[in-house]
Amino acid sequence: MLNIAIQADELDNVATVFAEDVKDGSALEIRDKAGHSQRVTVIGDVPYGHKVAVCDIKKGEHIIKYGEVIGGASADIRKGEYVHIHNLEALRGRGDRKEDEHHG
Amino acid sequence: MADTFFGYRRPDGKFGARNLVAVIPSVICTNDITQAICRQVQGTICYCHHQGCCQLPLDLRRVTDVLINLGKSPNVGAALIVSLGCEGTDHERMLEELRATGKPVEIIRVQELGGTSRAIQAGIDAAQRLAMAISGMQREETDISNLTMAIKCGGSDTTSGMASNCVIGYVADKLVDLGATVVFGETTEFLGGEHILARRAVGGENGPVGQKIYEIVNAMETRAKSIGEDMRGGQPTPGNIMGGLSSIEEKSLGAIVKSGHRPIQGVLDYTESIGDKKGLWIKDAPGREPEILTGMAATGAQCMMFSTGRGAPQGFPSMPVIKICGNPVTYARMEHDMDLNAGLIIKGEKSIEQVGEEAYALMRHVLSGRMTSNEALSYFGSVDIFCLGPVI
Repeated sequence: MLNIAIQADELDNVATVFAEDVKDGSALEIRDKAGHSQRVTVIGDVPYGHKVAVCDIKKGEHIIKYGEVIGGASADIRKGEYVHIHNLEALRGRGDRKEDEHHG
Repeated sequence: MADTFFGYRRPDGKFGARNLVAVIPSVICTNDITQAICRQVQGTICYCHHQGCCQLPLDLRRVTDVLINLGKSPNVGAALIVSLGCEGTDHERMLEELRATGKPVEIIRVQELGGTSRAIQAGIDAAQRLAMAISGMQREETDISNLTMAIKCGGSDTTSGMASNCVIGYVADKLVDLGATVVFGETTEFLGGEHILARRAVGGENGPVGQKIYEIVNAMETRAKSIGEDMRGGQPTPGNIMGGLSSIEEKSLGAIVKSGHRPIQGVLDYTESIGDKKGLWIKDAPGREPEILTGMAATGAQCMMFSTGRGAPQGFPSMPVIKICGNPVTYARMEHDMDLNAGLIIKGEKSIEQVGEEAYALMRHVLSGRMTSNEALSYFGSVDIFCLGPVI
């Protein structure tokens, strides 16, 4: 059975994997709410509920889920690659960054 | 199916889902005496907390206000205040304001009574009188519009924003449409999603409610950032991160789903009770469970819907907490701590609407007396009051 990931919004560049033991190199079907789907090859082992990139994402670009910004890419990310704290950084609550000035 | 529940009518016209004697320590120093009284007398619950002395006056007023509003909660039928005698909170104001509700209220003063054993004896006698006095009350059928439901998520993972919070959002919309009151909070977990909430405010993003939403989020973020660290690891928690949530923004965007789609009427201060307000409201409270559950009970909520993905088992002494689990793997592992399986949505076996209707029916049942898992397991000991200043 093919493993499935869900893309929550059409603007998203990540999808959430709801399958156990998704391994590096395996095939994954990404589905969106409109019923479209695409197949990708997974890069990295992805635990249940974690994310993969829907397309290539350049370092510094926003990572989008629910159609909203959930952080920035801290490295270049390839389509199908595992996305988590190793390559996604939060942009909010960053007391460690002096220059971080958020304007609501 | 009528949109009603069976509750205990209170003198102020509210309806309680439980009929409890609240034993309220006015300060941390009387927690042990409070616990001894509650162990002996059936029908009592204790609000043991960690505040009430050596705090700035602002916080002492907050603690006094929260303890009063916990006693005023519709689920509380009578109250016993356990005062030490030298605390910083205003136990005489507590007594006065709780008596003004028309509920039976007593107080014991430990230093005046001559210490621990005498206070425990007097406290047991008082609590027994109160418990027996309210024990004969009968439930009456009342409209669901007399409900204030609190909502919260805890131990979240990526299933929360896609399943269990969607279920709670469905119920929240339904309750608002039926004329009831819904309160959500966790201001820290608005970071990254506050613009969505502000646009849903009555009067729009630039109106006073929309601006207030930005203001409370900014205050919470500034407070967290003042320590000079990246908040990741504290928020999202290590458990959230293990569950796939990579940033506070991702956690927030999943968390706010539980507030549904209706307009936000305003922001309640942490200590504030709901009064006669209807519709969807925000309570300005942090995400950590003891503090927000205490704040929600002080709001006057008769029950809480609580979604989880990782598996958060705790509840609150006087407010039944309905656990809705969005992660089918966790549900299978921790079924006895959960009340409803929203993991079936992730598995594609049920729709959000189907589980939402099940959650609504279960909630009416719980309001009318059915125990939640955490109530059956007496898993509700953690109470704490969110303070602003330091302990001094």
